[in-house]
Parts: sequence; structure tokens; C-alpha cells
Amino acid sequence: MAKRIDVTDLDVFYGSFKAVEGVTFAVEPRSVTALIGPSGCGKSTVLRTLNRMHEVIPGAYTEGKVLLDGEDIYGSDVDPVNVRRTIGMVFQRPNPFPTMSIKDNVLAGLKLEGGRRSKSDQSDIVERSLRGANLWEEVKDRLDRPGAGLSGGQQQRLCIARAIAVEPQVLLMDEPCSALDPISTLAIEDLIEELKERFTIVIVTHNMQQAARVSDTTAFFNLAGVGKPGKLVEIASTPVMFSTPTQQATEDYISGRFG
Amino acid sequence: MADLTQHEQDESEALLHSALAGGKLPRWSLPALAVGSLVAALVLNVTTSVAGVAGTLIVAVLIFLVSQTAWSFAVEGRRHAVDRLATTGIYATFLIALVPLVAVLATVIVRGISVISAEFLTTSMRNVSPRSEGGGIYHALIGTLEQVGIAALIGIPLGILAAIYLVEYSASSSSKRLGRSISFFVDVMTGVPSVVVGLFVYTAFILTLGMQRSGFAGSIALTILMLPVVVRSTEEMLRIVPRDLREASYALGIPKWRTILKIVLPTATAGIITGAMLAVARVAGETAPLLLTTFLSQSINTNPFQGPQASLPIFIWDQFTSSTDASVNRAWGGALVLIVLVMVLYLTAKIISRFTGVKKS
Repeated sequence: MAKRIDVTDLDVFYGSFKAVEGVTFAVEPRSVTALIGPSGCGKSTVLRTLNRMHEVIPGAYTEGKVLLDGEDIYGSDVDPVNVRRTIGMVFQRPNPFPTMSIKDNVLAGLKLEGGRRSKSDQSDIVERSLRGANLWEEVKDRLDRPGAGLSGGQQQRLCIARAIAVEPQVLLMDEPCSALDPISTLAIEDLIEELKERFTIVIVTHNMQQAARVSDTTAFFNLAGVGKPGKLVEIASTPVMFSTPTQQATEDYISGRFG
Repeated sequence: MADLTQHEQDESEALLHSALAGGKLPRWSLPALAVGSLVAALVLNVTTSVAGVAGTLIVAVLIFLVSQTAWSFAVEGRRHAVDRLATTGIYATFLIALVPLVAVLATVIVRGISVISAEFLTTSMRNVSPRSEGGGIYHALIGTLEQVGIAALIGIPLGILAAIYLVEYSASSSSKRLGRSISFFVDVMTGVPSVVVGLFVYTAFILTLGMQRSGFAGSIALTILMLPVVVRSTEEMLRIVPRDLREASYALGIPKWRTILKIVLPTATAGIITGAMLAVARVAGETAPLLLTTFLSQSINTNPFQGPQASLPIFIWDQFTSSTDASVNRAWGGALVLIVLVMVLYLTAKIISRFTGVKKS
């Protein structure tokens, strides 16, 4: 089910400002790829181009190719809405829909895409997704309560359940743990380990230890200078990246000399 | 601290205490000041040219303010004195602002309630001369309900749709200019005098297009008046919905129109309903535009598209200018009914918004 992503020569613009330049890398199916780098280096920007969320910002556009199992998601006849159904996203701050119950939140992606499903199908999907996000045991008795009434870690897991309920091929996670406490962070990192059996995962994190713990491949981004576009400096398998990086900038960042 | 003598220790503790501590006015100070100021004002009332209830009260408040500030300054220090002065000032001005509101409500209730009866609410003024008792507001009530109802039916959806366009769609550069023009004209519409709107509808629809004087012509005028209010308040409420929510919805692959319909609008519902109700309340009492479009009627006309139709504001004005006792009483009765009507609308809106919108656990 999970697909691979190939990014070729990606340039990302906010209006006339080039934020990221010349990014080329590949994401293997059923693996976890971490994008790390200092603040402002463009890692979140690159992540958002992978499911065409970047163009939601007025004036933002990209040049270059992003291939999902060989198909360019920026092709001229491609509908961004379809792309986003295949490539899901979890955001930094948990954002469950406040007017909906927990159950409706999980089903939101399915219901609002216009699918009609029977009541029993719906409960199956809710249970499967919440189990997949390790949230089922905690909320199974209060599925009709509002989604906003949960703790931060639970809300984030609810957002993950919501994202996987539509059964995407790829799951993008933009600093999913930075708003959470260490226990919830651990819960979500364990969850990522389980989820990678079914999905391809790309995670942006500013926490290097998390990248080391969780990912199979790590990509390091950096800014050439103030006001210059961000670039991909190095990408390698995680054990290699953290023990013997080839670039000096990578070595400096990983050992904490900057960033 | 072992090398300091007991005396030196006591001294330094006392210094620390006085650095932290500050004076405080005793608890009985406020009532005492209030009573004292009132007495002083009454004395002034009797002895000097200060006269009347209002005059005495104002003098009492001033004496209270001055004496409280001075006493507080002496005991508590500058910061607390200024705080007390501001607090009292805010309370006093709030009460002053309440006076006209309470006065109007009290007057309308007292003068209007005597006229309210089953007959008043169910008959019209047909064949009832201004001098005689009896008659009622039924024709005016029907008229207002129909005119305001039609105006709301047209104006509220139109306003909400315009606001949705301004907030959700006109950010991209191609439609920014259209969005800016719409915004500009909405602002202009807010300032158009209601009689001018009535004149416009009279000229454009009744004279030029040959429409009859009717309840519907009045509705058109009311729609024009309520549109900018609905647009502006809905716009504000939509902007308050956090961007996070829209992005979460797009990331799930939900198309934009569905996001707006099922996520953004429900989240903003409570505010939108309040804004719409305020707009309706604003136009329910407009008299000038109706004068030029619905004209006047003493009989019941349930067809808003044909013929002059009465309305509560026109009824009130018409009865009041007849200036006989019976008519003036009827005018007050009509005013009371109008206020109650608006209040019922507002309460309905509140109840609706309680059951929709953001769920609180």
C-alpha cells in the first residue's frame, strides 16, 4: 500500500522569495524519513510541498518534480484534493475540529469526501483508526464527547487517527511532538514505529534525538546564509548520518555547535 | 546573619516589612464616604443653589470622588488612589449610561402596558377613528413580520455569502481587487441614511420599474440597510476561525467548499447568528424607508407584493402624530410590542446558537 516519493530539483517560492532551492531526495516506502535542520531552513516548507499544502498560502508556488510512485503530483491535470487524500498530514499543534465529537472527528475525512457508509462500517473504521493511533482504550467510552476536551497528547493522537482513517499512502508529520510533554512524545514515537508497517512516513523534527530514535533515513537541511534559500545538505541512513556524516555542516549541527 | 545583634536583626526585618507593606483604607471607609458625600450634598442642596435630584446626586458623586481619592492618597499612596479614582469613575459612568436605557424601557412598559389586550393584538385600525378607543396593531404586526422576514430571507444569506467570498476566496491576487471593491462599498453602505435608501427604492423600483407600493418594496429597502451589518459581522467571525482548522481539513483531502460549509461555518455559527440578529433588530425599527415604500394602511393586508401595507414603526408614528389621547396610548402599545418582538428574535437566536456551533465538554 505505501508508496515511494521521489523529489527532483525542487524550488519553493513564497511570492518572489525563493525559500528552498534544488532539493533532490527519495523516500522509500514503509520507512520513516526525518527532515532536520535549524529554524528557518525550509524543512517544514519542503514537507508541505509533498502534499501540495504549500500552495494554500496565497502567492506560494513550486518548481520541480515530486513523484509519487512515478506520478508527478504537480502534473497539469492533477487535482490537489486527490493528492491530499493520498498523502495525509499531521500538524504541530493538535487541531481537532471543535464542533465535532471524537467519533465525528475520526470520520471527518471520510464523510466530507462524500462517501456514504453504513453505521456498522463507520464504527469499524472509528475503532480501527483509534486503535491504530493507540487512543481506543482511552476514549472508547466517550466517543460522542467533543474532540477538544482531550489532553494535548490525546488530541494529537486523535489527529493521527483522523489522518489514517482515510487510509493514505504516505503520512507527513510536521513536528508532531513539539507541543507535547515527554510522556505523550514517547507514546507518539512508539506509534510511529507501529505505523511505518503500513505507511510511508516523513517527519520534520527539530529534536535530533527524536530523529535518531525514530527514523530510518535522515535528511539535513541548512541555510546558505541569512536571506538565502535553504538547501538539502546531506541525506543518509540514520545510523550513518549520526556517526559519520560527510559534510562539515552536518557534523556541526548534529554535535550541537549551531542550530 | 549570626554576627548581627538582635537589635540590628529587628531593624532590618522592620525595614523589609515596611518595604513590602503598604497602608490600606479600612473596610468601613467606602460606605462611610458614600453616606458622608450624600449628607454633604443634601446640605448643599438646602443651602446653595444646587437643586433637583439629579443635581444633588451629581454633587454627591463628585464629593465622593474627591474625598475618596484624597483619603486613599494619604493612606495608601498614589497608585492605589488613582486605581480607586478610576474604578469609581468607571462605575459612575456605567450607571449614567444605564440611565437612558432604563428610562426608555420603563417609560415604554409603563405607558404601553395599559393598552395591551387581546383586542389590541388581534384587530386593525380599520374604521377606527383617531379619537376613539379600540382598534389594534394586528395589521401592523403582520406587516412588520412579513417585511422584516422577507428582508432577512434575502439579506442574511446574501450577506453571509459575501462575507465568505471576502474571507475565503479573495485573498489570491486575481480576485483581490474585487474583494477590495466589495469591502469598500460595504463600508459606504453602512453610512447611507435610511431615508435615502427609501428614496432610492421609491425612485428605482416604484417609479422607474413600476413596482407597486407594497410590503416587498419596503423589504428591499430593509435588505439594503441590513446587508452591510451582516457582511461585516460575519466577516469578523469567519476571520476568528483559526487557520489551523482549515489546513487540517485541506490536509485530509476535503475540498475547499466543503471545508467552508462543514468546518468553518459551524465553528463561526454562534457569532454569525448574533450578527444576523443584530442586523434584523436594526431594521425592525426603521421608519423612514418604509414611509416611502410601503406607504400607510389602516387595514390588514397579508399580501406583501400588492398594495400598501402597515408596519409597526409607521403605526407608531402615525398614531403619535394623530395626537389624541387614545392614539398616543396606542402608539405606546405599539412601541412595547415592537421592543418585545425584537427581544423574542434575539432570544430565539441565542437558543439556536446554544445548540449549534462549538461543543463545550
